[in-house]
Amino acid sequence: MKFFAEIIKDGFLTLKLNKMRTGLAILGIVIGIGSVIALMSIGEASKKSVQNQIQSLGANLLTISPGSQSQGMVRGAAGGRTTLTSEDASALEAKKFSAIKTVSPEYSSRTQVISSQSNTNTQVYGVTQNYQTVHKVTLSSGQFISENDLTANSKVAVLGPTVVEDLFGDSSFNPIGQSIKINGQSFQVIGVTKAKGGSGMSNQDDQIYIPLSVAQKQVFGVKYLSAISLEAISQEEMTRAMNQAGYFLLERHKITDTTKADFTIRSQADIMSAMTSVSGTLTGLLSGVAAISLIVGGIGIMNIMLVTVTERTREIGLRKALGAKKKAIIYQFLVESVILTFSGGMIGILAGILTAFVYAQLNSSLFAISVSSIFLAFFVSVAIGIVFGWYPAKRASALQPIEALRYE
Amino acid sequence: MKNIIDLKNISKIYTTEAGKTIALDNVSFNVKTGEFVAIMGPSGSGKSTLMHILGAIDIPTSGTYLLDGENVENLDDDQLADIRNRKIGFVFQAFNLLPRTTVLQNVILPMKYGNVPEENREPIAKKFLTLVGLQDRLSHTSNQISGGQQQRVAIARALVMNPAIILADEPTGNIASSQAEEVMAIFQKLNDDGHTIIMITHEPDIAQHSKRIIILKDGQIVSDQLNYQYRI
Ligand SMILES: Nc1ncnc2c1ncn2[C@@H]1O[C@H](COP(=O)(O)OP(=O)(O)O)[C@@H](O)[C@H]1O
Ligand SMILES: [Mg+2]
Repeated sequence: MKFFAEIIKDGFLTLKLNKMRTGLAILGIVIGIGSVIALMSIGEASKKSVQNQIQSLGANLLTISPGSQSQGMVRGAAGGRTTLTSEDASALEAKKFSAIKTVSPEYSSRTQVISSQSNTNTQVYGVTQNYQTVHKVTLSSGQFISENDLTANSKVAVLGPTVVEDLFGDSSFNPIGQSIKINGQSFQVIGVTKAKGGSGMSNQDDQIYIPLSVAQKQVFGVKYLSAISLEAISQEEMTRAMNQAGYFLLERHKITDTTKADFTIRSQADIMSAMTSVSGTLTGLLSGVAAISLIVGGIGIMNIMLVTVTERTREIGLRKALGAKKKAIIYQFLVESVILTFSGGMIGILAGILTAFVYAQLNSSLFAISVSSIFLAFFVSVAIGIVFGWYPAKRASALQPIEALRYE
Repeated sequence: MKNIIDLKNISKIYTTEAGKTIALDNVSFNVKTGEFVAIMGPSGSGKSTLMHILGAIDIPTSGTYLLDGENVENLDDDQLADIRNRKIGFVFQAFNLLPRTTVLQNVILPMKYGNVPEENREPIAKKFLTLVGLQDRLSHTSNQISGGQQQRVAIARALVMNPAIILADEPTGNIASSQAEEVMAIFQKLNDDGHTIIMITHEPDIAQHSKRIIILKDGQIVSDQLNYQYRI
């Protein structure tokens, strides 16, 4: 114990005496570890933010779309698929399936919308009151489409903030009570949804909601639906909900061969995994860059350790000549390397986290720490530091003292 | 008195790209406990090489070396380190001090490897640094002092473990003659106390302090005589 206490004390002393060498070695480690942690954390944060966005589309969400499995992923033009009807939705709802909480029939199409000041082309959704719960729509003002609006065929509309900006020139404008024209028909604005900041596949801020009955009968003149969204009672019951809805619809559509189904059910998890794989590619890319920084940092550590080999070999020769045993030499160098790499490692971890944090602040994005990267970077750098601190010592301590003393 | 050093047919051959150099050619001699030997000879005659072998910091190409009765060849690395630490005080021709390290720490170093209790190290180091006249240079680093002072630090370092044998390679080579006399006085005193001293020098004046003079030439002993006129 006393032996080690002394070696550790000596280690600190030696490191202090050789400030330049110590500083450069620590710098190499800090760069290696810091950059890996920063990059991986930024990747982790972007993955998380994609996941959060998908979550915000609605939890436990199942989407039934018209069309067969094989065509499933490609959305046809509006009117191209007519296999899902409001009657399907009503029948599903009337069945009150145990795993299905809410049924939300939807018809949507892109169309021209005009206000007194401006016009725009946007996605108009014919929905029921259930849409709000299933898709977690929150309002910044006014109210959502109600059951009354549906039975009374009221010509009312709820706008997304982007639509408000496009139609009235300012997203902070309060359009409630204003009149707009959708596909030539007048609607009264009754609500505005809260900005979700969505991007990518569907920007929920650039949408208009109107009663489904009005959309089908008066605006677009169709009898079918573009989708039925279902909310399962829980994440665990998603599969059961999918089966209940699927077999029910097959029976209703008189289809016995499941491969010939004229509709497709996809879960939010499917969409999620598709999206995560996109951000996974991004993380992979960042990991690649991180791996390169780790190698660069590692070479830095290696270099500074090897550059001092000549001086250190002579030192080892002298210590041996004065009576140092092999063990004492090896421990001395190991302890020095451990002190170096651990202190460099700690600073590197802090620097990496700080960089990721500053990045998140500057981009007002999510801040997350990739814990695995901390372990990876730390252990790789520490291993490099220790191996390259220890190896020259091991080699030099095997030399005759005089050979080590003459080393150049 | 018994032989503390016993060399039999020691040869040392260096093989480099430039060719073979026979630095020591079949050298044999004994040194008894308490002797004070000077080794002389022209530059390149193999004096330092011999000294390194005597100090067990180098190994001969052939021949046997009995140190205090033990065949050095049969000792492992750690046993040799232990012998160097406790029995031998070596003064290098090139001093070999730890760079950027204080005079005091340099002199303490052998005691760290010799299990000297920590609290005793500094007083012992200071005692020997005072002996060589460096008591006011304790916290200078080894590169902040002159060559002569570095040589005296190396001498102090060789003495702190109270070794039976002192091997000094030109210990006065960088020291002004007045101080050289002081160093010789120290060696003389140590020799009087029973320490065996082997010293390389090319100065006849300095050699006169020894009781026996060995002269090397081209790696061979050409003369080995008692020095009847050694100065006390
Ligand atoms: N490490 C070495 N490699 C090759 N030749 C050496 C080495 N050390 C010494 N020599 C050669 O051995 C001979 C004796 O050297 P040395 O013992 O240093 O002589 P001295 O100390 O008497 O001046 C010289 O010719 C020298 O060039
Ligand atoms: Mg020499």
